Amino acid sequence: MPYLAPTRLDEALDALTEGAAIIAGGTDWYPAQGTRPFAGTLLDVTRIEGMRGIARAADDKGWRIGAATTWTDVARADMLPPACDGLRAAARAVGGIQIQNAATVAGNLCNASPAADGVPPLLALDAEVELTGPRGARRLPLAEFVTGVRRTARAPDELVTALVLPDPPEGAHGSFVKLGARAYLVISIVMVAAVVSVTAGRVRGARIAVGAASPVAVRLPALEAALEDCALGEVDAVVAAHAPFPALTPVDDIRASAAYRHEAAAEAVRRALAAATRGDA
Amino acid sequence: MDRIAAETLTAFILNGSDVQAAPRLGERLSETLRERLGARDVKVGCNAGDCGACTVLVDGAPVCACLTPAQAVAGRRVETLAGLVAADADAARLARSFERHQAAQCGICTPGMMVSAVALLRTVPEPSEAQVADAVGGVLCRCTGYRKILEAVRTAHEDAGPAPEAGLGVAAPRLDGRAKVAGTERFGDDVAPAGALVARAVRAPHHRARFAFGDLDGWRAAHPGVACVLTAADVPGPNAYGTIPGFEDQPVFAEGETRFKGEAVACVVGTAEAVAALDLGHFPVTWEPLTPLLALDDALAEGAGDLHAGRAGNVMCGGRVACGDADAALAAAAEVAEIEIATSFVEHAYIEPEAGYAEMVEDRLHLHTCTQAPGMFRDGLARLLALPADRVRVVPTAVGGGFGSKLDLTLQPMVALGAMRTGKPVRMCYERTESMATTTKRHPARIAVRVGAAADGRLSGMTFRGDFNTGAYASWGPTVANRVPIHASGPYACRDYRAESRAIHTHSAPSGAFRGFGVPQSAIAQEAAFDMLAARLGIDALDFRIRNALRDGMPTVCGQVFDSGVGIVACLEALRPAWTKALRDCASFDPAGGPLRRGVGVAAGWYGCGNTSLPNPSTIRAGLTARGRVVLHQGAVDIGQGSNTVIPVIFAEALGVPVADIDILGADTDLTPDAGKTSASRQTFVSGNAARAAGAALRAAILRTANAGPDAEITLGDGHVHVRDGTRIEALDLARLDPDPAGYVLAAEETWDPPIAPLDADGQGIPYAQFGYAAHLAEVEVDVALGTVRPLRIVAAHDVGRAINPLLVEGQVEGGVAQGLGMALMEEFVPGRTENLHDYLIPTAGDVPPVETLVLEVPDPVGPFGAKGLGEHALIPTAPAILNAIRHATGVTVTQVPATPARLRAALKEAGHA
Repeated sequence: MPYLAPTRLDEALDALTEGAAIIAGGTDWYPAQGTRPFAGTLLDVTRIEGMRGIARAADDKGWRIGAATTWTDVARADMLPPACDGLRAAARAVGGIQIQNAATVAGNLCNASPAADGVPPLLALDAEVELTGPRGARRLPLAEFVTGVRRTARAPDELVTALVLPDPPEGAHGSFVKLGARAYLVISIVMVAAVVSVTAGRVRGARIAVGAASPVAVRLPALEAALEDCALGEVDAVVAAHAPFPALTPVDDIRASAAYRHEAAAEAVRRALAAATRGDA
Repeated sequence: MDRIAAETLTAFILNGSDVQAAPRLGERLSETLRERLGARDVKVGCNAGDCGACTVLVDGAPVCACLTPAQAVAGRRVETLAGLVAADADAARLARSFERHQAAQCGICTPGMMVSAVALLRTVPEPSEAQVADAVGGVLCRCTGYRKILEAVRTAHEDAGPAPEAGLGVAAPRLDGRAKVAGTERFGDDVAPAGALVARAVRAPHHRARFAFGDLDGWRAAHPGVACVLTAADVPGPNAYGTIPGFEDQPVFAEGETRFKGEAVACVVGTAEAVAALDLGHFPVTWEPLTPLLALDDALAEGAGDLHAGRAGNVMCGGRVACGDADAALAAAAEVAEIEIATSFVEHAYIEPEAGYAEMVEDRLHLHTCTQAPGMFRDGLARLLALPADRVRVVPTAVGGGFGSKLDLTLQPMVALGAMRTGKPVRMCYERTESMATTTKRHPARIAVRVGAAADGRLSGMTFRGDFNTGAYASWGPTVANRVPIHASGPYACRDYRAESRAIHTHSAPSGAFRGFGVPQSAIAQEAAFDMLAARLGIDALDFRIRNALRDGMPTVCGQVFDSGVGIVACLEALRPAWTKALRDCASFDPAGGPLRRGVGVAAGWYGCGNTSLPNPSTIRAGLTARGRVVLHQGAVDIGQGSNTVIPVIFAEALGVPVADIDILGADTDLTPDAGKTSASRQTFVSGNAARAAGAALRAAILRTANAGPDAEITLGDGHVHVRDGTRIEALDLARLDPDPAGYVLAAEETWDPPIAPLDADGQGIPYAQFGYAAHLAEVEVDVALGTVRPLRIVAAHDVGRAINPLLVEGQVEGGVAQGLGMALMEEFVPGRTENLHDYLIPTAGDVPPVETLVLEVPDPVGPFGAKGLGEHALIPTAPAILNAIRHATGVTVTQVPATPARLRAALKEAGHA
């Protein structure tokens, strides 16, 4: 029953093929495990070289965020372009500082909670997930990586090694709106991330993602298309015309009713777009 | 490859020292620190990252130790509160600031708060309030309302000089504060001896089920290290406990059928290793789920079936207060307002889960546990264990928050039975989910109120009907049922009144005592109706309340008349400047076409201190040793509210010596006489009076011995006492006096019991010897598009008679406000669903607005130095004030709390908001 903390990726992959359970920040692993005894092998991926940190991608097309990069690292990454402001704002909303210091970006994706705060901003940034396994590395768009509640496209012998953010359009700004019932440590009722460019008072390339209102956070392609070239003064009307968003399939739960989530999502989209077009996070 | 096997050692630096430990695979760092390395200053509140109490620094960064694999810190630097305060200048300054501000109440969240704050102060020595809130936002506190924590961190760099010495009316630090900020305070799970056996309960997975055990002996034999399995058959006394005589109905272990989800049916006792390795999913018990009665209407339905024999229709009991002719007065009223409201289960959510250990010492059972009621625990355990009460000793640990729920037995019978069976110390600490699923809650209530007023604004009749969901067992349900009708009028003069309440059983966790015993629920309905009535009459809401407020000499709805000390008018009048300004501010607030609306609301409250029409004595003992020390046997348990400070201050004042000259003992049922339970805002009032009497008696004994007059000054010295009477100084040589068996050359023990009288069938009589009074103002901002509410500020006026320690008063008020805010806006316990601190929300450091406490001192004729109780009072007016402010802002009357965004938005839409 070993605890493995390899520093090399190949060692980690070897351990995975032997059936080790992956742990990184531990912030989702322990709550899921509860008081049940754990028997098996734990693979701590946080000490693998190159797994933590944010840098330009090797091909200089975009940014590479190591899988074990913490949310605090993301929040502090002021080298990222303004399009990532929503991502950085989301980083500050993942639990409290204690969680942000330990929890990793890949962990947030692999946990695949419908309310994962990291997913909408990464969707809006067209993030790709880099998976590495015995057969080498592959990349999947994030939307294809998270396949359902607590389900991902990661094969058992694969490790998420990085997220790759393509360079956003010039001048794009990102924003994030989280709606919860208290100020800190709150699971979102709904949250919205937007990345938008504004040229001559008109919207260009709006990318909008909504979380906690469907099993997996989703983009709103119909709305994005309708907003293309839309004058700023007409954005609210376009959003209103598209609401409730058919892409969303919210549920009734302890936090809110489905009907409320539909309504709140539309309002949050309006506010996220307003913030992004103003250049606020 | 760095293969760290479970059997190998994990080495790291703990508070500057090299340490190593051998944690199990996947062991939480919090467990390693506490159980293997003795760092009990690391507190565990939830084991899920929801509360932050276990925050430690790893390489300087705050993380939850409960979510950190112990092996992950190999080679790293780990810092905990005790290490930081001892060695880190920022932490030492912060500790002083915490003490000075009384930023620690119970102290259970303090390590998490301070460690998080130290990380901030290292990089931002003079932070803004927002920076502090961000830094501590991941740590929950249930006592303080956060404001003093934010202030203590924000101003820690100022490091103002020495704090004032404790004394009557002095805003001094708590006498027991140092241990709380230094990481040395010991709570329920911090005291068990090494190697103690561990108990874990087997609990029902259904709201209601029949069950049968399989082969328990075989299961035990198959699990080495498991010492015993306890079931109902192992309870020597009657397998039924409770808090109210005649209502002992809750089994330690259910027999045949369970009545709520999480009810215990058995308990496994074994070595820590063996119990940690258990998967209770394989425990030999089979369940047959039965249809539960969860809602009030289910339980009240014809033919629903009774949870308890002899409680027909699931009505456990009721309460009634009536005076005058309510119906006639309502019929004659110029205006009548009606409202029906519903409230939710509210969880106490103290950050310290129930914990403790028991051991046999010779033929006596010793129990060390967090409790609000050591005497009741002793007597209750003795009954269950079929032992004489003098063979049970209860030693309360520090209590990491109580708010009413730690008045009830929880794990104590299990560890006691385990210790008796095995002869070894047995410990237990509830998991957070276990604590939330099984311990008592605030009663959900369904309340209908009708209030009438004449054209001049005088009340003209009020009726109140309240059904309270008391859950599966009685607990304090009878208290709620009889307390509510007495208080449901609010602190107003109402000559024609009828209030009736019922406590209804359902298959839910028992509802019990929670700060206010039903009064916060009733105040929500009554204060809303008052606002509606004032509006219809065109009378200012504050004026309306002042016009109807009780005054000296006016009968309450119970016919009780206080000749002096009725302070509600003073409280309401004190709000007037803030009220006038807030009305103006709200009127001039410009939403600029946006979704924000502002409103202000006011509400009042009162609360009778002590038991309702029942004897309620406290006894305090003190003695003078031959060495010239005064020892105070202080049995009034401090659950964070401050009795460890208030009682000595009162005693010292009565004795006439500085507080610093007094050694404080207790609480401990072997050492301290019974000071009753810490509940019902009774300790300052009742135990305070006993302390004052004991101080006065000891003073009289000293003066008598010195042959001095009543105004003489007493000075304690080493082996003697100087008594100065005018110009004469008498030095009493204490060595010449004979010590009593306790070692005291002079001693005093005094009991005080509030003067009350029974109530008749209409609730007429003298329920309480004293009420305390409060009025709150809340200013809120409502986002009508999202249904969210942001309280902007609270002004809280409290008549406390005499503020024994003004900082403790503020602490009670701010903490009560935070709980009232939570009740109004976010707190909703759903059995089987919100049994954790991320689905059940309590306010965080960013949710409580500035609270301005206005301390009013209308002396109480019987309170010690005029003091009144202050515990429940702080919570009662907050929720109604916030809800009234929402109505002022939006026109919407909230009829179901909490007013979650979804609920409020639905109500706003119904009221025509876009």
